[in-house]
Amino acid sequence: MPITNSEFPITNSQLLITNQLINYTLHLADNTLILAQQNSEWCGHGPILEQDIAITNISLDLLGQARNFYQYAAELINQSTSQPINLLTSQPATEDTLAYLRDNREFRNCLLVEQENGDWAKTILRQFVFSNYQYLLYEKMQDSKDEALRAIAEKALKEVIYHLKWSSEWVIRLGDGTEESNQRINKAVIELWPYVDELFINAAYESALISNNISVDVASLKNLWMQKTKEIFAEATLGIPENIFAHKGGKQGMHTERLGYILAEMQFLQRAYPNSVW
Amino acid sequence: MSMQLHDFENSFQQKVDAEIKIEPKDWMPEAYRKTLIRQISQHAHSEIVGMLPEGNWISRAPSLKRKAILISKVQDEAGHGLYLYSSCETLGITREETINDLNSGKAKYSSIFNYPTLTWADMGAIGWLVDGAAILNQVMLCRTSYGPYARAMVRICKEESFHQRQGFDILLTLSRGTDAQKAMCQDAINRWWWPSLMMFGPKDSESTNTDQSMKWKIKRKTNDELRQQFIDMCAEQVKILNMHLPDKDLKWNTETQHYDFGEIDWSEFWNVVKGNGPCNKQRLEARRKAHEEGEWVREAAAAYAEKRKSRASAGNLEAA
Ligand SMILES: [Fe+2]
Ligand SMILES: [Fe+2]
Repeated sequence: MPITNSEFPITNSQLLITNQLINYTLHLADNTLILAQQNSEWCGHGPILEQDIAITNISLDLLGQARNFYQYAAELINQSTSQPINLLTSQPATEDTLAYLRDNREFRNCLLVEQENGDWAKTILRQFVFSNYQYLLYEKMQDSKDEALRAIAEKALKEVIYHLKWSSEWVIRLGDGTEESNQRINKAVIELWPYVDELFINAAYESALISNNISVDVASLKNLWMQKTKEIFAEATLGIPENIFAHKGGKQGMHTERLGYILAEMQFLQRAYPNSVW
Repeated sequence: MSMQLHDFENSFQQKVDAEIKIEPKDWMPEAYRKTLIRQISQHAHSEIVGMLPEGNWISRAPSLKRKAILISKVQDEAGHGLYLYSSCETLGITREETINDLNSGKAKYSSIFNYPTLTWADMGAIGWLVDGAAILNQVMLCRTSYGPYARAMVRICKEESFHQRQGFDILLTLSRGTDAQKAMCQDAINRWWWPSLMMFGPKDSESTNTDQSMKWKIKRKTNDELRQQFIDMCAEQVKILNMHLPDKDLKWNTETQHYDFGEIDWSEFWNVVKGNGPCNKQRLEARRKAHEEGEWVREAAAAYAEKRKSRASAGNLEAA
């Protein structure tokens, strides 16, 4: 099925754009799904009942965003003549085939979100780093020429504003709390910092869509991100590490070993009982 | 007993009989307060421990939609725990004390949560049967004599019907699925049916607290009445699923206009209550672990709040 109305012949460049848009949308979806999946592990195990509810709420918000992105990606895939994704079945793509039937190398999430939960400090810091980025991303995405992305970002921004506020407050609370909490959040900073830079390096699918104002140029977000981080870290009495080697590759499908386990668990039922309705 | 105490007790009972809610500042018999603390805290713990068996499947939910529904369901239970801990606090016991009693093993919670969740169908069976049984109890408690408890129940009941519906929907989908899914569905019903019946507590003839609780209108229906109501309901609903309840004695009785049912294995019930259920250890350990590992977080939050307070008052001094 062609991607445009039949009166417009499909050009190669349009196809290329669609492919990149599919990749880009999947990247946005994978980021939010993997973080949602990880945060949800706290449900029932949080340090304080109210905070158990809060982190679970964030998980739910992210999952909702993931579903919106996957649904859009599925729509694009089903309309497209080329199938850039290896689907196990010839069935049309759905949010679930995309989440449950792609393997490790096809996921395009950044490495940050697949880093393990660790203690409360690490989970908090991961959330702060990500929400700070996501806030800037979604804010810019409201100017995207792609209507669907714009709509998803607009709705999600309200949620992310809260995530950023909540995680900022916790970074400050832990940094300026007790000696132990300060040590723990410092340790989290050291552990997570190698995964910060990847957020701000455009993948091919991001670069390709910048000129037509579809994607957000993530490189342009870094300064604002750093400004906010400095502000919060100052209040939290935390230092910002320098000269840390940056790991990347997640956005291109080169992940850490952990993602395989996350997917194995998440995809278990769909894999064990193929072609079933749940 | 002094004349005065006797008068208090009389006017208390008159209020209860007149369906006037008892409020935290009202005089109440010490035994009434104790019974309520025991019951409400047990109820709160059940909500919190109850998050574990279902939380066990959040990471493996088979579709994104089911995952979202399950997360918000389990999160609701955390909210119920919060409401109930707060209504317990109105009786003069802090949340911390109450939670300590759970972690030390002193306080009980519903034994149903000491059973394992082995397959996805268990998410359906829990919603349908466990939340279903809980709802009957909780609907009754909306009219309980203690005001804060009754009001907490009204809020909780609003959310509970969604819990039962999503559970039944999981089973309905499985029951219309592949053979493997149908088998999974029946297996879950087989495992959860009898423990669900035990949720209503011992038979009236064996129950020690029922009479007094009924007189105080803490309870408004007996264990056996609620259990029968539940069985009558489920025996009909299971037909929609094309499944059966694992009781060969289950039969409609035209005389009583209720379903007759088989003997409940009370030795199993008491065994689980005593701590010998399949998951008693794991559940309590999970709660303790969360509490212990959260200790430094709570300390940090308290320390930071303290710092802020003293900074604010120092700021006020400067301004003055
Ligand atoms: Fe509940
Ligand atoms: Fe419930």
